[in-house]
Amino acid sequence: MDRRQIWLSLATLAMFAAVPPLTVIFDQPFYMDMIARIMVFAIAAVSLDLILGHGGMVSFGHAVYMGVGAYAVGILSYYGLDNGFLQIPVALGASALIGLVFGAMSLRTTGVYFIMITLAFAQMLYFLAISLEEFGGDDGMSSMRSEFGGVIDMYDAMQFYYVIFVVLALVLFGLHRLVLSRFGMVIRAARSNDRRMQAVGFPTYRYKLAAFTLASTICGLAGVLFANLNEFVSPDVMHWTHSGELMVMVIMGGMGTLIGPVLGATAFLLLEEYLPQWMEMAMTNAGEHWAIIMGPILIAIVLFGRGGIHALFAATIWRSGGKRNG
Amino acid sequence: MDTLLLLEQFFNGLQFGVMLFLIAAGLTLVFGIMDMVNLAHGSLVMIGAYLATTFIGWTGSFLGGLALAIPATFAVGALVEVVALRTLYRRNHLEQVLATFGLILFFNEIVRIIWGPISLYSGLPDYLTGQVEIIPGAPYPVFRLIIIAVGLAVAGIIYAIVAHTRLGMLIRAGASNNEMVGALGINIKSLFTFVFALGAVFAGLAGMLLGPLTSVEPGIGEPLLILAFVVIIIGGIGSIRGAFIAAILVGVVDTVGRVALPVLLRAFVTDAAADTAGPAVASMLIYILMAAILVVRPQGLFPARTG
Repeated sequence: MDRRQIWLSLATLAMFAAVPPLTVIFDQPFYMDMIARIMVFAIAAVSLDLILGHGGMVSFGHAVYMGVGAYAVGILSYYGLDNGFLQIPVALGASALIGLVFGAMSLRTTGVYFIMITLAFAQMLYFLAISLEEFGGDDGMSSMRSEFGGVIDMYDAMQFYYVIFVVLALVLFGLHRLVLSRFGMVIRAARSNDRRMQAVGFPTYRYKLAAFTLASTICGLAGVLFANLNEFVSPDVMHWTHSGELMVMVIMGGMGTLIGPVLGATAFLLLEEYLPQWMEMAMTNAGEHWAIIMGPILIAIVLFGRGGIHALFAATIWRSGGKRNG
Repeated sequence: MDTLLLLEQFFNGLQFGVMLFLIAAGLTLVFGIMDMVNLAHGSLVMIGAYLATTFIGWTGSFLGGLALAIPATFAVGALVEVVALRTLYRRNHLEQVLATFGLILFFNEIVRIIWGPISLYSGLPDYLTGQVEIIPGAPYPVFRLIIIAVGLAVAGIIYAIVAHTRLGMLIRAGASNNEMVGALGINIKSLFTFVFALGAVFAGLAGMLLGPLTSVEPGIGEPLLILAFVVIIIGGIGSIRGAFIAAILVGVVDTVGRVALPVLLRAFVTDAAADTAGPAVASMLIYILMAAILVVRPQGLFPARTG
């Protein structure tokens, strides 16, 4: 964690902080919504980076915790409980508990088993959400934004934006501290050589499970913000492609760098927004087929984009550990 | 509860199970010898289904369409292996997952461009639409029985290939040490291409048989792919025998569970609660099964390789 990385993080956050005044000056409220959305996904991607980048745990079901957080808000709101001081603890508790249970079972395995099992568990909750007819089933349900007893007005675009911003900044700061702590060292060491860490006397399973649960909880918080952002909750949040997209954001930005995934989320969502428009400019009706370009872009990033966007800035080349991390 | 209904659902489960086996077989073969996670395997199911629908339209014959679609799917599989997947074998699993995730986006869009976003229906010829009474009093669609028969036949063929042919010997040798196989003078590259294309044909066949049962649309292979993952986790990655047993298990548990569980729950809780909880629990049943098996055997029922 060198100085350049800290400066890059601060510069990125400063840019996010400057967005609302700029949108007011240039009268472009759309961009505030878009960046708010980017920051919500950035929180989820950063939480994934803790276990994927630092812990070497390739979780292919991370979007599910976003879904748990979102559904906690949606279901409480359905019963008229819009108080955020109630919703947030419930959402965090639920995503922590589910992360703990899924993690406890998934972490018994390694490698490709771990990838597939996390995917399978995520799919399980996805189908569970679809079967909940009371809460809209497949179609989902609309929900109110959280209330904070008049302290914060989530319906005020500016206040809501800064709530997301503060959460992102706190998550980045907290995880930055965590990664540098003894706990973070154990997690990273276990990624490099789990067996040796066990031989030295560290119960790596417990450390990894703690990291997995923490990542799930933070992702649940992103889910709370996501439900507030959309005022709508549906099983689609948990769809496996979203878990894949979160992984892409982490890789695109730079694994194991924390700020990298924030840049990755920004780049991915901007691409998703503007690629169809660029293609539409090149050829009429081409925009709807944007995935035909997006797919090869992803492949190219994976094959050639070592270190992601972060490496472009920080010039520290992250080297893949060969087959070891898989 | 109606025994006949249960029996009928058992057959449906069997049919679903062999379909999952067709998909899981290729996935587990490819993983076994190439150490490769291929998410785009589900796309091959979709491509098989589309090719079959198109060729059935051209030839006007169901069997004729299938006869053309099978070699075509083989060719597509070989092409995908040579162009895209070959570069991924040496990458780690994370990179394989993400690159093949990109391939899925690409394939779904290609299909949408060629065949359009609307669902296609291929329909069945008259001689396949009938029903037979294998059990007195319970007529059962012929086509579903044919799917079961085809699935079992393919399982037999794969077993025969893997256990009793030179190719199978190479596949098994490749699974334990593919560098050594290459060093002994076997063209490992073309072996990989052939095995991948073979797996593509099995997956495509599942799509071809699925087509007449449901509609053919972009992305039809993906939910099946995730179930195929569950199958090979339960069966043990790399094991054909494990994949077969697990596929039947998952197919039957899922299908029968959806019918039986709500009824079963009524014995314990109120009807209203059972009607709500039944479908919810039933949709999670195979994942609970998977978790339970993993607690007992973390490497699946028939672990074929360690690590």
